[in-house]
Amino acid sequence: MPARDLHTEMMTLNMGPSHPAMHGTVRMKLTLDGETVVHCDPEVGYLHRGFEKMCENRTWPQCLPYTDRLNYSSPLINNVGFVLALEKLLGAKSTPRADFIRVIISELSRITDHFTAIAAGALELGGFTPMIWGVEARDHLYNLVEDLTGARLTVNYTRVGGVKHDLPVDFEAHWREYRDKILKLHHDIDVVLTKNGVFLDRNEGVGCISRADAIEHGFTGVVLRSTGEPYDVRRAHPYLVYDQLDWTVPVGTKGDNLDRYLCRMEEILQSISIIDQCLARLPQGPFLSSEWASALPDKEYVYHTIEGMIAHFEMIMKGIEVPPGEAYGYVEGGNGELGFYLVADGRGGPYRCHVRPPCFALMQGLHLMVEGGMLADIIPTFDSINMIGGEIDR
Amino acid sequence: MSRQVVSALTARFADAIVATHDRFGDDTVILKREALLAALRFLKEDPALAFDMPIDVCGVDYQAYVPARPHAERFEVVYHLRSTTKNHRVRLRVPVPESDPVVDSSVSVWRGTAWFERETFDMFGIRFQGHPDLRRILTYDEFEGHPLRKDYPVRGYQPRLEMPRLKGDELPWRKQPDEEA
Repeated sequence: MPARDLHTEMMTLNMGPSHPAMHGTVRMKLTLDGETVVHCDPEVGYLHRGFEKMCENRTWPQCLPYTDRLNYSSPLINNVGFVLALEKLLGAKSTPRADFIRVIISELSRITDHFTAIAAGALELGGFTPMIWGVEARDHLYNLVEDLTGARLTVNYTRVGGVKHDLPVDFEAHWREYRDKILKLHHDIDVVLTKNGVFLDRNEGVGCISRADAIEHGFTGVVLRSTGEPYDVRRAHPYLVYDQLDWTVPVGTKGDNLDRYLCRMEEILQSISIIDQCLARLPQGPFLSSEWASALPDKEYVYHTIEGMIAHFEMIMKGIEVPPGEAYGYVEGGNGELGFYLVADGRGGPYRCHVRPPCFALMQGLHLMVEGGMLADIIPTFDSINMIGGEIDR
Repeated sequence: MSRQVVSALTARFADAIVATHDRFGDDTVILKREALLAALRFLKEDPALAFDMPIDVCGVDYQAYVPARPHAERFEVVYHLRSTTKNHRVRLRVPVPESDPVVDSSVSVWRGTAWFERETFDMFGIRFQGHPDLRRILTYDEFEGHPLRKDYPVRGYQPRLEMPRLKGDELPWRKQPDEEA
C-alpha cells in the first residue's frame, strides 16, 4: 500500500501524571505521528509544596529538615549544599573533621542516587533482577546512614560549622563490610546489564543530545558529562576537601542513554574510592565548631552554664543572625549542580531562599532528547535523566 | 579572576550599571533593565567572557526588606551565568518596578532560560517580553496571585475549581450545572 493511503492524523497523548514510569507525578503532553514523537511538552509541578515560601518564614536551622525533601534520593547532599551556602553567607568555617565527614556523606548519597537511577532504569526496561540488586545496594548504604543520623531518608545531619554528631565508633568497620557487598552487587549489575543485548538496543544511540545543546540548556551532572563536557562542580569549583583527593571525572562521548548509564556506574566506583580515602585521612578533632553564634553549644555547657543555656535558647528561638547580604552556594548533587541562592536581611531566617534544582534544567531539555524518537524510547530516556519530583517542584 | 567580567561590563554599559560588588567571591552587577538584553548578549558573545551556560534565573521581592538596597524598585530578576570554557561565573541583578513588572526575555540568547523565566513569572508575576511560551509552571493555570510575593499570605487559600464536565459524565442521578442554579 502506498504511503499516501495511510491514515496520518497526529494524535495527542497524555502520559501521566499517574503512570508507573513517570517517577512520581509528571505529565507529558505528547503529539504522536504513529509511534514517533513529534512534540513533547513535559508538565511538572504536581508535587509543588512551596519549599521556598516555607523557608522564608522559618529560621535558618528550621530550613534544614526541609532540604532533605528536595532530592529524596540523596538527602545528605542537599543538607551539605544548603549549609555550605549558608556558611558562605555567614563567613563561617566548619572544622577539618567535619569537612571530611561531609565529603563522606555526600559520596554515600551520590552512590544511593546513582544506584536508584540505574535500578529504576533497569526495571522499566524489564530487568527486575538488577533492580532488586540496585535497591539492595542502596539498602546497605541506608543502614549506614541510619547508624549515622538515626534516619534512613529524612536525615537532617549537617549543621552550620560542622555536623550534628560524630561518626559512630564502628562506622569504618561497617563501611568496609558494606563496601564489599556493594562492589559485588555493582559487579553483578555490570555483568547483567552492560553487555546485555536488549539493554543495549534500548539505550545505545537513544535519547542523544549534543554538547552545545546541553550547555545552552543549563544541563549539569551526569547528563552533561555524557556529552563529553567534563563539568563537575567538585572539580571545576572545588569545595570541602575534594581538591585534596584523588579521583577522576568520567565523561561520555555520544550523550546517549548508554553513556549516562556508564558514567553513573563509573561514578559509583569513584565515590567508593573517595570514601575510602576520606576514612583513611579523617583527622581527629571536633565535629562541630564552638562558635556559639552559629552552632549549638555542647550539651555539657547547656546544662551546666548559664551562657551555654542562653546560647542554646537564642539559637532555637531566634535562629542564626546572618548579616544582610546575598550568596549563591552550589555543590555537585546526584543529578548535577544543586545551587542555593540565599538573601539575608539580618533576621534569624532567610529573606529569600531559592533552589536551583539540576533536574529542572534537565526536564526543560528533555524534549530535545525524545522528539523524533519512538514513544517507547521515552521510558529509558526519562529514566536516564533521573528526574526527582521533590527537587524539581520544591 | 573574574573581576575582569565586572570591569568588561562596566566599561561597555557604564550608563546602565547601578552598582557592583564581589562579596563572598560572587561577582555581581546590578543593571538597569533597559540594557539587560544587550548585556546578556554581550556576555554570551564576547570571546573573552563566553558565558555559554545559563545556570539560574530567579526573582526576589524586596517589598519587606528593611536593610538598605541600591535601588528603590520592588522586584529583582537575578541571573546566574557560567562559562564552560573560562570557568567563571557572574550574577546579574535587574531591578523591576512593581507598576510595570516586565523585562525582556533572555530565551533568544539561551533557550535554556525558558523554564526558569516561566517559574519567575509563576512565582512573582514578572512578565518576560518575547518569551515564546510564558505559562505557569509549578502552580496551575487557574491559580490566583503569585505565591512568592511577600504580600501573598503564608497560609493562602485558593478558590475551589469546578471539575470540568465531560461528555458521558451526564449520569441521570448527578445534578447538572444548570439544575443547581
